[in-house]
Parts: sequence; C-alpha cells; structure tokens
Amino acid sequence: MGLKNNSERYGWLSIALHWIMALAVFGLFGLGYWMVDLDYYSEWYRRAPSLHKSIGITLIALWIFRVFWRVIQQSPKSLDTHKPWERKVSKLTHLLLYVLMLTIMISGYLISTADGRGIEVFNLFTLPSLGELVTNQEDVAGEIHEVLAYIILGVAILHALAALKHHFIDKDQTLIRILRR
Amino acid sequence: MKKMMIASALTGLLMMPLANAADYIVDTRGAHASVNFKIKHLGYSWLTGRFDKFDGKFNYDSANPEASEITFNVDVTSLNSNHAERDKHLKNDEVLGASKHATATFTSTSVKDMGNGNLKIVGNMTLKGVTKPMTIDAEKIGEGKDPWGGYRVGFSGTTLLSLADFGVQIFGDSSHATLDIQIEGIRQ
Repeated sequence: MGLKNNSERYGWLSIALHWIMALAVFGLFGLGYWMVDLDYYSEWYRRAPSLHKSIGITLIALWIFRVFWRVIQQSPKSLDTHKPWERKVSKLTHLLLYVLMLTIMISGYLISTADGRGIEVFNLFTLPSLGELVTNQEDVAGEIHEVLAYIILGVAILHALAALKHHFIDKDQTLIRILRR
Repeated sequence: MKKMMIASALTGLLMMPLANAADYIVDTRGAHASVNFKIKHLGYSWLTGRFDKFDGKFNYDSANPEASEITFNVDVTSLNSNHAERDKHLKNDEVLGASKHATATFTSTSVKDMGNGNLKIVGNMTLKGVTKPMTIDAEKIGEGKDPWGGYRVGFSGTTLLSLADFGVQIFGDSSHATLDIQIEGIRQ
C-alpha cells in the first residue's frame, strides 16, 4: 500500500529514492572533495576513489530507475498555496537536479574509462569502457565533473532551503509530503 | 695580397666538406621518434610513459657535429602512461602543471663531440615555466639515404631530470626521472 504516488502524496518508493539519492549526492560530493587531496601514501588513496566510483555507478542505475518511475506514473499536484513563480522555479530546479546528476555521473565515468579500462563496482562486476571518445578525455571530463559538482551542490542547497521555507515560513505540507506517506 | 687570396681560397676549399650541415625535421608524421620517461614507483619498480605529441628540428653535419643545433618541443598534455587517472594526476598543477604550461622546450646551446658518434648536447630545458640548463647524452644510431628518395639521420638521447629543479611534486624518494628520447630527422 502506498508504493505509488497519487495526486496528493508521494508513494513510499519515490520518497525512498529521493532520500537515498540525496544522501548519495552529498556523500559523493564530500568523498570526492576529500579524496582528490589525499596524499599518495594515504591508506585511503586507492580505497576512496574506488568507493566513489562504485557509489557513483550505483547512483546511475538508481537515476535511470527513478526517471522511469517518475514517467510511468503521476506526480503529486502542486499545493494550491504555491504561487505560480514558486511552481515554475521548483519545476526548473527539479529538472536541473536530474540533468546535473546525469551529466556529472557520465563525466565521472568518462574520466576513469578514458584509457579503455572499465570501472570496478564494489568488486562485484566491471562496467566496460567505451574507449577514448575525445582527446585528453580524462582532463576534459574531469573539468566538467568538478565544475558541475559545485553547481549541483548549490542547486541542492537552494532546493533544501526552499523546502525549509515552505515548512517554517509558509507552514504548508511541501516538506511533509516527501518525508512520510 | 695574392698569397692571402690563395690562402683564403684554400681555406675555403678545406672548409667545403664541413659546410654541408643540413637541416633536419624530426619525423613525427611517420612516428620515427619518441619521448619516453621512466621514474621509480615507490622505489620498487620503474614506471614508464611517454609524450605522444612533440616536434623538433636540428641541423647536423657528421664532419662537424659540434656545430649542430637542436630545438625540441614537447606537448606536456600528451603525457601517456597507459592509465588515464594517473595521466590526469601527473598533469595536474602540483605535478607537471600541464594546463598552465602546456609546452616543454629544449634548446641546445653547445654540442660536444665525445667521439664514436657520442655527443654531449648542452642546452636549456623549459618545463612548468622554469628554465634550467640540461645536458643530454646522445648517440648517433645511423644515417643515410632512405628507400623513398630522402636522407635521414637518427639519434638516441638520455638525460636525468631533477623534478625539484622544475618545481615538480616529488612522491616519496622518486626525485628524478630519466628521459629517453629517440629521434629520426628527415633532411630538408
């Protein structure tokens, strides 16, 4: 019961996907930020990137499922108290978060696979490489990966602040809807 | 006056065979040249890699090798150690700083003939925006006509590069990299 969305509420699956992916996005940002400055002799020098890549690839799978799950069913309507500009901005923000997530994950994949090597995911399987698609792919993809990661962090914070604004200032159901069924 | 003219004519004649120094362009199009490096990993093994893009030109006369000159440019961003993540790491600002200083250049200032086709090429090396004197130990491998109507000469050169000299980050005890350069020039 309550697995799927209805016109008023998010289903359990949407709620779970939202929070698991939110945790993964912030976790990956923190892990990535920390791991790039690790000393070569740190015991995490090899483990941290390996974990970062494994979580990232898992997130791509979740992203695909989440988009599928969103497309095949209705999303809850905006609350009547939401102003037209709020609806526009929130829809744009959601779209941006989806697009940024995908672009960041693809660029990350392209860094590690630029030399033809696949990506090992939690030592379970190897996601194959598509080879080098552009010259100095690891540099180009790396640049994109880094810049967009900062951008998504900003957009995600904006998204969270907006939710808090609805909860504490407007005192409406916006945040509650994504917290419980 | 007459004596001087004869003398200078004779000198001119004597100089003749020395005066056929030719200009050569390093054969990058046919890839008969390579810029390789090796550096110790953790002190346990040699890591080898190369720079895929470079160009160079030199002039050389086997009768007067000390008059030779060479300039050589390497595209640092073309570093290739057969591992993209490592390449990215080695090109970053702490190590080679390839985005800010994409070109490394060696320009010879003098050449010393060590006999038996061996040369000491003294010059200036610019890497990561820093210019320092550097000496390359070179050996002529061979020269002559090629089967397609051209004329070629080839050299092998090695030098030890101190990373600290050029502000390149050092990992552990790996303070020096050996550069191993193979070139074949096509006479212009």
